[in-house]
Parts: sequence; structure tokens; C-alpha cells
Amino acid sequence: MYIYDDYDQKIVDQRVVQFRDQTRRFLAGDLTEDEFRPLRLQNGLYIQRHAPMLRVAIPYGHLRSDQLRVLAGIARKYDRDYAHFTTRQNIQYNWPRLEDVPDILAELATVQMHAVQTSGNCVRNTTSDQFAGVAHDELIDPRPWCELIRQWSTFHPEFAHLPRKFKIAVSGSVEDRAATWVHDIGVHVVSNEAGETGFKVIVGGGLGRTPMVGAVIRDFLPKEHLLSYFDAILRVYNRYGRRDNKYKARIKILVKAMTPAAFAAKVEAEWAHLRDGPMTLTQAEIERVAAHFTAPSYQVLAGDDAGFLRLQADNPAFARWVKRNVFKHKRPGYAAVTLSLKPTGVPPGDASSAQLDSVADLADRYSFGEVRVSHEQNLILADVRQSDLAAVWEEARALGFATPNIGLLTDIICCPGGDFCSLANAKSIPIAEAIQRRFDDLDYLFDLGEIDINISGCMNACGHHHVGHIGILGVDKSGSEWYQVSLGGRQGHGASLGKVIGPSFAQDDMADVIGQIIEVFAANREGDERFLDVVDRLGIDPFKARIYQKERAHG
Amino acid sequence: MGKSPHLIRLDRASGRREIVANHWLRVAEASDDAVPPHTLLPLSEWLARRDELLERTDVGVWFKPDDEPESLGDDARRLSVIAVDFPAFTDGRGFSIGRLLRERYGYAGELRAVGDVFKDTMLYLRRCGFDAFEVRIDKDVEDAAKGLDDFDEFYQNGVDQPLPLFRRRSA
Repeated sequence: MYIYDDYDQKIVDQRVVQFRDQTRRFLAGDLTEDEFRPLRLQNGLYIQRHAPMLRVAIPYGHLRSDQLRVLAGIARKYDRDYAHFTTRQNIQYNWPRLEDVPDILAELATVQMHAVQTSGNCVRNTTSDQFAGVAHDELIDPRPWCELIRQWSTFHPEFAHLPRKFKIAVSGSVEDRAATWVHDIGVHVVSNEAGETGFKVIVGGGLGRTPMVGAVIRDFLPKEHLLSYFDAILRVYNRYGRRDNKYKARIKILVKAMTPAAFAAKVEAEWAHLRDGPMTLTQAEIERVAAHFTAPSYQVLAGDDAGFLRLQADNPAFARWVKRNVFKHKRPGYAAVTLSLKPTGVPPGDASSAQLDSVADLADRYSFGEVRVSHEQNLILADVRQSDLAAVWEEARALGFATPNIGLLTDIICCPGGDFCSLANAKSIPIAEAIQRRFDDLDYLFDLGEIDINISGCMNACGHHHVGHIGILGVDKSGSEWYQVSLGGRQGHGASLGKVIGPSFAQDDMADVIGQIIEVFAANREGDERFLDVVDRLGIDPFKARIYQKERAHG
Repeated sequence: MGKSPHLIRLDRASGRREIVANHWLRVAEASDDAVPPHTLLPLSEWLARRDELLERTDVGVWFKPDDEPESLGDDARRLSVIAVDFPAFTDGRGFSIGRLLRERYGYAGELRAVGDVFKDTMLYLRRCGFDAFEVRIDKDVEDAAKGLDDFDEFYQNGVDQPLPLFRRRSA
């Protein structure tokens, strides 16, 4: 884990002082609402439906147990005893008082945390693979590069007021678990034939109103040039991105308008002036940052733990949990455990203060005091000995974190929706809950296999509905809430956007509609075929035919 | 447009700043007559009359956010005042203009931020090469100057600190 030195600490400490002054001036009437809005947003502070909402950065999803305890303490002291993990590896507080935010930031700064650039038209918190550093299929650890990007992007003076928000995701594995193809910049850490580290750079992906899969603008960028090349991309975007219409202001619109090839050429021309300049990374800096991400003091274990294997054979419930919630580790005898924040009846991604403290305790006892956050809104203990898995399972069960549903239909990605968010057109949490209740039979869920359901309460697509195998989008029609369903979306390599099946549905019908989609899948499935493969094979017509056979949709 | 009494001028070497009277008049368009001394012309007008004005050191240029520093190019070296307009502080295009003028086209004269300029963008402006700040007339100019001191350290390079922290940190 990256540990701040005096420079890093001073920067977050001075940020607290700066934001305290901005808040004071706003409350005193020296800053207007229009002036304060962009300033507070760049500190993750929204004015929401019921109260302010504060979004705290969890850079590339990494947390220490002491940080988690401070997050729990903030929820207890300043909020309603819970917090919400988002799809962007952030944590949100839904009920802080504006006046308290400077004090909250001061508490965060004591454990090297902040809310810098978690919102606003600037470079946002960089996201990554939740299994970075431990994944069995990892080629190169992306975390040092994420940290270098975090530092580069923090208070970047030239890119403080971009046309729109800007999101960067980094992956270093065979599988892309960071949704790199649907970010403003996606980076794959790769090595070339000579064994040199570099990056494949994807630009112009994104969800929202105009969803797009990004385009590769460079197959191999040598490692030392990462930041100067980012400067070139961002400069082109800052100067030429549209500012006349916020719905056309994302970099994806610019890339599409110019064509990816022309955009790439423009970036290369800009970069020709910047390459080999002062932002060229030094080997010393790469090594300094990388030294923070060396392996913890693992025990040397020969291979799979016998007791762990035996319990899997003997206990079907444990075996099921292992199959869904335990991920293969690169080190023999270790495993990564996903703690499901998706039990039925709890808003996806929510955790109470007590639960946060409990996870911190689990991390201390079983995973070197570290916790990860996934963009699927779950928590991860990344370095658990296989011999400890039985104990972790028991404790996680007692805490409500052991629902064996990771990657299954009830592991729903869901934005806060109209219950909390002032942008939302419709609620999303009750839809998630209705679907979870409909599919309460674990055996059945297990048999259905991998199905991603992603729910967004509005076009902004915080719930990533476009890339759900089943996507649900809340829409507003003449003042009432309706839901549009799409099929066949996916993240990862080969990312694609789901196809809308037709007219939208009322809230009360949604669980039935999902039920019918699953019936069509089950009826047409060959062997253990995955849902996504059936959709690819059949297309959406059979699903439409079943769902719209009687008039129900709103039109 | 017109004169503003609030101009913070920064000595980039010493960091000293002073509040000075503004002697330059920024015009939206010039008449066909001779351009009076201490006039800031829109870039387009300056380009149209470049041959006539190139030797004048008492004529400056101001940029709109979508004006291209490339079109001025190395002529920037001949000017003593360039202003960049920020019609809204949330329009960050002027930041790139500042850096390009300083870092690519060798501009060494006064680089002035005008428009929606107040305390909370001062430091970003300084880091992009601005050394004169025409603070909005309804804002406290003394208070605005303090915005230059919000941070002591920066990760990236900038015009004011050409070496990124990682090159200073390891030194």
C-alpha cells in the first residue's frame, strides 16, 4: 500500500485548510452558489435530494484497516451510521452536514485519505482491478502506475476545469476487471517482445447518455512516457472538447467526431513537444512508488491446503461460497475473498459502521490489514491463507457478508437512484431488492450461473446498466418512473453495450420481467451455457416475444 | 471591458506580489485608425494587422478561450503584454493557452488573466504561467492574492515549477 511521505501529507493537509476557507466563505455569502458548486464538487461534495453527499476517494480501491475504521467513525459521528460503496471505488456519505465537511476531511487526512477530485469536471479517482497484485492471471501489477497517475492528476493546474469529468482505469491482467474499455482513458499495462513494460492506451469509452466502447490510440507506450502522454491527451481534450453542450462534452464525443485515428494523430503531434520533457518518469521514481506495492510477508506454502480442500468436499455450503466468492491467488496456499455487500434487502454497496469495523478486524486477522473495494460494490480480503478460509467464512456469515452470489444474478450493481440522488429519474434500490427477493433460491441462482444485472436510476449510468448482461435504466415518463431493459451488454475485453428490448415497464412488473428473461434463458440453454452466450446465440427476439406477449409495457 | 483598478502583479522570480494600477485598455475591436498606445487587441485583429503592429511594443494581444496560440507562434516573443480571457472560471481552456505561450512559444512578457478571476483559481493560473491577475471587481483583491499561497507543493511540473515533485523528491 502506498504510504504518504511528508509531501503527500502536506498536500492533503493544505487541501483541508483550503476547503475549510471555501466553505466558510460560502456560508458567509462571499462565494455564490454558482461559484461554490464547482469548488465543492471537486471535493466530492454534492447537494443531494435530502442532504449533502460526500464522496471520498479510495484510490484504485485500496484501504488499510485503520482507514476503514476512520471511515466507520465518520459514518457514526457525522452521518447515519452507514456508508455506501460506489461503482467507482469510492465511498459516499449520504447525510453529512455541509458545516461538518471540513472536519470530516481533517479526520480523513489523519489516515492519508481525502475527497480530492471525486466529482467535478476534472480527472477523477483512478480505478483498477480489485485483485491487482494478487490475481493469478496478472501480467504486471497496475498499482504503482495507478499511484503515479493519482499524483499526476491531483490538482493538475491545466486540467482543473475540463469540459467534463474524466475517468481513468488501469488493468494489468489477462482478464480486464477494471472496465477499461468504457473509461475516458483505459490503460493496459503490458510488456513488449523485448520484455519492456509499457501501456496500451484506449481512449473515448464511456457510458452515460451516449455510451461508447473506447478505441486503442496506441498499442505500446514505453513506461517512462505515461504521464507526458496523458498530458498530451488531456491537452487536446481540454482545448477541443465541446463545452457548449454538457451532454456532448465527454472525450468520447471528440474522439468520435475526429475519428480515433485523427484524434491519435493530434495527440502524437502534441506529445512530440512533451516527450522526454520533465514529466518523463525516472527509474528512481518508478522504483520508489513500486516499493510500496511489494508482496506482504506471505508464508511459503507448498500448494493447496488439505483442510480447505476437505471442507470443500464435505460441506456444500462452504463449497458454494468458495466457488463464487473466493478468487484464485497467484501465491500457492493463498486466496482472495470477496465479501458480498449484496445480501437481499440491503441497498447494494451499503455497509454499517459496525460492519466496516468488523471488516477492518477481519483484514487485520486474516489479510495483512488490507481491504479492497471492487467496482461491483463489494469488499475484498486479498491475501487470505487457504487454511483460514473456513474461519473467514464463518465470521463473514455471522456478519452477513458471506452471501455466495458474486457474479450471480443477485450480485446487482446498483446506483443509489431516486431514494438519494437528485439526478435520478427513478428509484433503483427497490428494483434490486424485488429481483433479489424473486431469486431467493440459492441452488437455482447457482445453476443459472454468471449473470450481471446492472441498474441505473438515470442516463448518467452510475449503475453501468449498458454493460450489464441485463441492464435496467430508470426513465421518467410524464412524471412517473419506468424502467427500460437491455440485454447482452458486457465489460472486460470484448466490452459491448446491451440492446434495448423495447418499451419500458412499471416498477411493480420488473421482477416478473426479469423472471421471464430467465425463463427464456433456462428454456433455451444448452448444458451449462452462460446467459450471455445464450443471448448472443439467440439474439433478443425470443426474449421480446415472451415479455411483450401480453400488453404491459408503457410504450 | 475597459480598465480595472484591481491588478495583482506577481514577480515570478521572487514570488512578491503587488497591487497595481492597470494602464492597458482591452478592446473588443479596434477602429481602422492607428492603435493607441497600451491597447490590448483581440488576437484576430492583431493577426490581421500584424505587419503594421509587429514592431510596436506598446500594443498587446488578448486571447479568447478558443483562440489558438499556434497562430501567434513565435511572434509571442515580441509582445510585452498578453491577456487571456476566462469568461467563466470553469472554462479551463485558458490554462492550456498560458502553458503553450510560455513553454512552447517562449513568451516572457506579462501574462494576464482577465474575466472570472478570483481567489480560487489564482494558483492554477500561476502554475500555468500567469503573472498578472485582473481580479473581478466585486471580489476582495487582497483576499484573492492569498489564493496564491493555498499550496506549497505540487506533484506535476508547471510553468512556475518546471520540475515535477518526483524529480525534486529524489534529489
